[in-house]
Amino acid sequence: MTTTAGSAPHERLTALAERGMAMGEVRGAPAADPVNLPMIRHWTTAMGDANPVYTDEAYAAASVHGQIVAPPAMAQVWTMPGLGPREDTTTPIDEVLRALDEGGFTGVVATNCEQTYHRYVRLGERLVPATRLSGFAGPKNTALGTGYFITWLVTWYAGQEPVAEMMFRVLKFRPREEKAAPEERPAYPLRPAINRDTAFFWEGVRVGELRIQRCGDCGELRHPPGPICPSCRSANRAYAVASGLGEVYSFVVHHSPPVPGLRPPFVVAVVRLAEGVRMVGNVVDCPPERVRVGMPVRVDHREMDDELTLPMWVPREP
Amino acid sequence: MYSISGRTAIAGIGATEFSKESGRTELQLAAEAVLAALDDAGLTPSDVDGLVTFTQDANQEIAVARETGIGDLSFFSRVEYGGGAACGTILQAALAVATGIASTVVCYRAFNERSGRRFGQPNAGLGGEPSSLGVEMSWHVPFGLLTPAAWVAMFARRYMHAYGATSEDYGRVAVAMRRHAATNPAAWFYQRPITLEEHQASRWIVEPLHLLDCCQESDGAVALVVTSTERARDLRRSPAVVTAAAQGSGAGQMMMTSFYRDDMTGLPEMGVVARGLWEMSGMSPKDLQTAILYDHFTPFVLSQLEELGFCARGEAKDFIAGGGIEIDGHLPVNPHGGQLGEAYIHGMNGIAEAVRQVRGTSVNQVPAVRNVLVTAGTGVPTSGLILSRD
Ligand SMILES: [Zn+2]
Repeated sequence: MTTTAGSAPHERLTALAERGMAMGEVRGAPAADPVNLPMIRHWTTAMGDANPVYTDEAYAAASVHGQIVAPPAMAQVWTMPGLGPREDTTTPIDEVLRALDEGGFTGVVATNCEQTYHRYVRLGERLVPATRLSGFAGPKNTALGTGYFITWLVTWYAGQEPVAEMMFRVLKFRPREEKAAPEERPAYPLRPAINRDTAFFWEGVRVGELRIQRCGDCGELRHPPGPICPSCRSANRAYAVASGLGEVYSFVVHHSPPVPGLRPPFVVAVVRLAEGVRMVGNVVDCPPERVRVGMPVRVDHREMDDELTLPMWVPREP
Repeated sequence: MYSISGRTAIAGIGATEFSKESGRTELQLAAEAVLAALDDAGLTPSDVDGLVTFTQDANQEIAVARETGIGDLSFFSRVEYGGGAACGTILQAALAVATGIASTVVCYRAFNERSGRRFGQPNAGLGGEPSSLGVEMSWHVPFGLLTPAAWVAMFARRYMHAYGATSEDYGRVAVAMRRHAATNPAAWFYQRPITLEEHQASRWIVEPLHLLDCCQESDGAVALVVTSTERARDLRRSPAVVTAAAQGSGAGQMMMTSFYRDDMTGLPEMGVVARGLWEMSGMSPKDLQTAILYDHFTPFVLSQLEELGFCARGEAKDFIAGGGIEIDGHLPVNPHGGQLGEAYIHGMNGIAEAVRQVRGTSVNQVPAVRNVLVTAGTGVPTSGLILSRD
């Protein structure tokens, strides 16, 4: 079964989301406990936050706060339901999430979380959360599978005064059939800066094309690309689609220090393309000790996350 | 043609201790080094009317001036491209003094590069900057090619392929630098020489570079006082005359990642510097008694020997294996132990050593020094100096 815009399941989801949004902000059950020192102490110890204004009465009294305050980042902690039986409170997002589960969108991955703090909360204050469904978008094809992005806002109140807010966004997706267990795929941390001079390249790799800038006037191939042809000064830019064949011109095997998003040892090579230009990329599907200068490779486009595809290189000979 | 050759001199040098944790702010380090350099020259802060540093330095000239009691400034300037700026600061100061824009200029570099921000650590944000550098880095960062060691290793591998150099050839540079540092009490690795076996056994950082191919990370500061040669003659120390100063960037230049030009086995930007130095000084390699070559990573010491004309392409490994860079060798390189042995102060500690060699006061003094060549950061747009006895 597929869900496309205009199909019946999609319309039902959209209608539920619209209803949820129309509910506006809905208050939930108050925190089980007021803001209290034992929980602050547990949390600050676990987080390694030694600021005495959170735990030392005398220090806090002499601070600008005049008394002990809770770390702002604890906002969500105060009203988080425990593991026990849950008091039945409804929020505007419940029905949409349930309908998505029933529709086969059982995978979930948090994509955004932004918190805003209005003021410090003090011992004894009992916070009340309020939830507002603010966004619903989809169906969208992602690397994890087809899914919907749902965004909601939680505001925590002390009495009538909002003290903290959180924007939270999840992707509810239909896990791909071929995957036994849906793996959460976090955003790949090593991202390129892309501007109007380079976008054609990154758009190309997303659709499986390795594009080399070609001057629209003199025809010169150039990588990395740029706005003005250094040979003829033309700003008339085109591109050629490379054959995807090349050979290792030089390479390194990275061991240390750790690099976010990659597991060492990994190989990075300067590849000389059949078209003549050079390009940097990882050599994959090959043990590092087998990589050689001059080794024939061909391009293989790898999806790193929902938005980024990178051209990588695999050996041409087994 | 007008030339600045010989018109200016380094009259004072100053430094903090070199450590792994200075325990004080970078501004304090800068101020201490500047005051030490002025004391060395026999000058006072009120004599200073110019300050020059690296664009990467976190201490603004006005902050250093405030801390040291320097009053009015008529010249302040910064030089780009990481460690490539080192000799460029002296070039800027020399230009200002030789043209009368300033009379006494202090060049400084101060950082907590070990206890603060470490350049060797990967910065995933390098590729995210919406600047020309950010876009340039974006061709490399996504593939995990984002540390200085990795960038240099890419050139080192090609050089090995082209000339048959080996990891041992790089290791001999590290062994020589540590041998020099072992007799320099100011060096972090004082009395701690290494063997080639230890180099080979040290862990991989980025193949083909071992840990001992990489310079250390240091906290510290160095300052250098530039004034006219004429004035320097009346000061406390004998002048180290700026016979030549040059900057250089090559065609197709990038920051550490010029993989897309020529054969990746040389340092064309250092070739530009070399031509500038030889032209301004009227000298050739045989006129130098010692050289301070930027050694953040061993492989580029070989390329520099070739770019500067001390040996032919691909022959640096033989020059080094034959003892050419030892204190008693054909061209003693980095008698203080370089950045591999003494400290990594972005090349500025090397200029200070060149001044000591000219004065004849180095702990590892090379006999009969008349002219010393100094280079700055490699793999980036760079700079160089020839300093001479008056
Ligand atoms: Zn053109």
